[in-house]
Amino acid sequence: MLRSLLKLSWIEIKVFLREPMGAIGTIVIPVILFLVLGKSAGFNQPIASASLPVLVSLFIAINAVLSMVNIVSIYREGGILKRLRATPLRPQTILGAHILVKLLFTAISLLLMFLAGKRYLIFQAGVSIPSFACALLLSTIGIISIGFLIASIVPTARFAQPIGALILYPMIGISGLFVPIHRMGPIIGTVARILPMTYAVSLLNGIWNGDGWSHHLGDVAALVLFFFLFSALSEKFFRWE
Amino acid sequence: MPRVIHASGVRKTYGRTVAVSDASFHVDEGEIFGLIGPNGAGKTTTMECIEGLRKPDGGEIQVLGLDPFRQSRKLQDRVGVQLQLAQLQKRIKVWEAVDLWASLYRGKSVDAARLLDQLGLTEKRNAWFMTLSGGQKQRLFIALALINDPEVVFLDELTTGLDPQARLAIWELVCGIRTRGKTVFLTTHLMEEAERLCDRVAIMDHGRIIDMDSPEQLVRRHCPERTVIVETEFPEALGLFQAIPGVEEVQLDGNRFTVRGIGDLVTHVIHCISENRMRVSDFRTILPSLEDVFLKLTGHSIRE
Repeated sequence: MLRSLLKLSWIEIKVFLREPMGAIGTIVIPVILFLVLGKSAGFNQPIASASLPVLVSLFIAINAVLSMVNIVSIYREGGILKRLRATPLRPQTILGAHILVKLLFTAISLLLMFLAGKRYLIFQAGVSIPSFACALLLSTIGIISIGFLIASIVPTARFAQPIGALILYPMIGISGLFVPIHRMGPIIGTVARILPMTYAVSLLNGIWNGDGWSHHLGDVAALVLFFFLFSALSEKFFRWE
Repeated sequence: MPRVIHASGVRKTYGRTVAVSDASFHVDEGEIFGLIGPNGAGKTTTMECIEGLRKPDGGEIQVLGLDPFRQSRKLQDRVGVQLQLAQLQKRIKVWEAVDLWASLYRGKSVDAARLLDQLGLTEKRNAWFMTLSGGQKQRLFIALALINDPEVVFLDELTTGLDPQARLAIWELVCGIRTRGKTVFLTTHLMEEAERLCDRVAIMDHGRIIDMDSPEQLVRRHCPERTVIVETEFPEALGLFQAIPGVEEVQLDGNRFTVRGIGDLVTHVIHCISENRMRVSDFRTILPSLEDVFLKLTGHSIRE
C-alpha cells in the first residue's frame, strides 16, 4: 500500500515534469504573477487586506488543485483510472499520490516565490518561511479536498478545469481576503464559513503577520476537517470511468 | 478439471437496454475460453462483470471461488486484466509502467526484465507510452496483465485495430500464456482469432449466449455441409458427382465443379475421382468456419 503510493507519486512527478508547458504553468506562473504585481504595486503593499505573498500563495494552492482536477479527469476519460481499477489499488491511493505530488509542487512554487522576492520582501518579526510553508501546505490540503469532489463528479476533462476555476476563484472573493466576513451579511457570511478557503486565508494571513500557531488552531482544525469530509464524500462519488 | 470461472444467469441492464441476459457458462483450468460475437453483443459487459468491474443486476458469478464484485481486491491479486480501449499516462515509460504494476500486487511478481523480453519490448523499455505503436501498446498491456503471475488472464478484443502481422505475433503470445498453465478468458469479434486460439467458445448475440462448445464441434453441429471444388475435363463428371451419396447440389462453371453435400462428402468425391481415373487440374475443399456457424445461428453476418 505504502510502496504503491510512493511509486505512483514518483511516477506522477516524472510524468508531470515531462510535459514542460504544464509544469511551467503550474509552478512558475504564480511566481511570475508575484513579480509582475510586486514590481507594479509594491511587494510589501497590502492588496485588499492581505500582503501580496499571501494572495499569490493562494493562487499557488488553487493552481495546484486545478492541475490535479485536470489530471484526474483526463485519467478518467482516457481509461487510465479504469485500468488502475483492475488492480488491487484503491481510489484513496491514487488521490493520495496526487496530493503528495501537488504538495511538493506547491512547496517548490512557494520557495521560488521567496527566492524571487528575496531582495524586496520585508518579513514581520516572528515569521519564518518554513512556518508559512506549513500553513500553505495545510491550506492546500483543505482546498484540494474540494478539488477531489470536483474531479470525482465532473464528467469530462474539457469541463473539469473551467468548472474547478469557476468554483475555486470566487471562493477567494468571499474568503475574508477583500471584505471581512463579519461585514458580508448573514447569508454570504454563513456560506463563507462553510468553505475551506476562508480558513486558509485566515491562517495564511495570520502566520504572515506574525501570529503564533496557537491563535490559528481553529483554522487548522477546520482545514483538516474539510479534508476528511470532502475526501469521504469524493470517495463515495468517485467514478472510475 | 477444476472450474476457474462459473457464471449462471448473469444479467445486466443499462436503463431499458438489456446488455446481457441470462448468460451461463463455465471456464475450466488451463483452457482458452472465448466469448465471441459482433460489437455490441454484450461480450465486454459480461467480461467486466466476471472481472468485478461491474455489478451484474442478477445471476451468480464465481471466479477462483471468489465473488468478483464483493471480493474484488482479493480477486485482483490473482488475475490479470487487459481492457478494451485502455490507456496509460502519455509520458510514462514502458519500464516504469511495468515497475508500477509490479508494486500494486501483494503477492509474487514475475521478473519484469524477462517479461519485457518475452514480449519483445526490451528495446522499447525507455520509450514513452504515447510513442508506442498499437501492437506495442497491446504487448505492454499483456505484460501488465501478466506481471502478477495471475491464475486467470482476461483479454478483451486484444487484436482489434492491429495489422495482420502484429496480430499473428499476439496470437503466439496468447498460446504461450496457456502453455504456462494459465487460464485465458478472451472476447473477440474475429472468428479467425477464435478458431486459432480458443479451446472452447461461447457465441453471443444481442446479450444472449446462443451456443457453446469447441470451434470444431460447433462447426460439425451447425454446419455439416461440405463443399468440394474439382476442375476436370472428364466428360461424365457431372453425372458421376450427382450420384454420390449425400450430394445436394453440383454447380458447373466451365470445367469447374462445385459439389455441395453432407456426410463424408470429401472421401466420396476422392473415391469417385480415383475410381473413374479422372484427370484433375484442381481439387479444393471448403470447410465451414465459425463465421458460417454464426450466420446460421443468428441469421446475420458477424460483420453487420
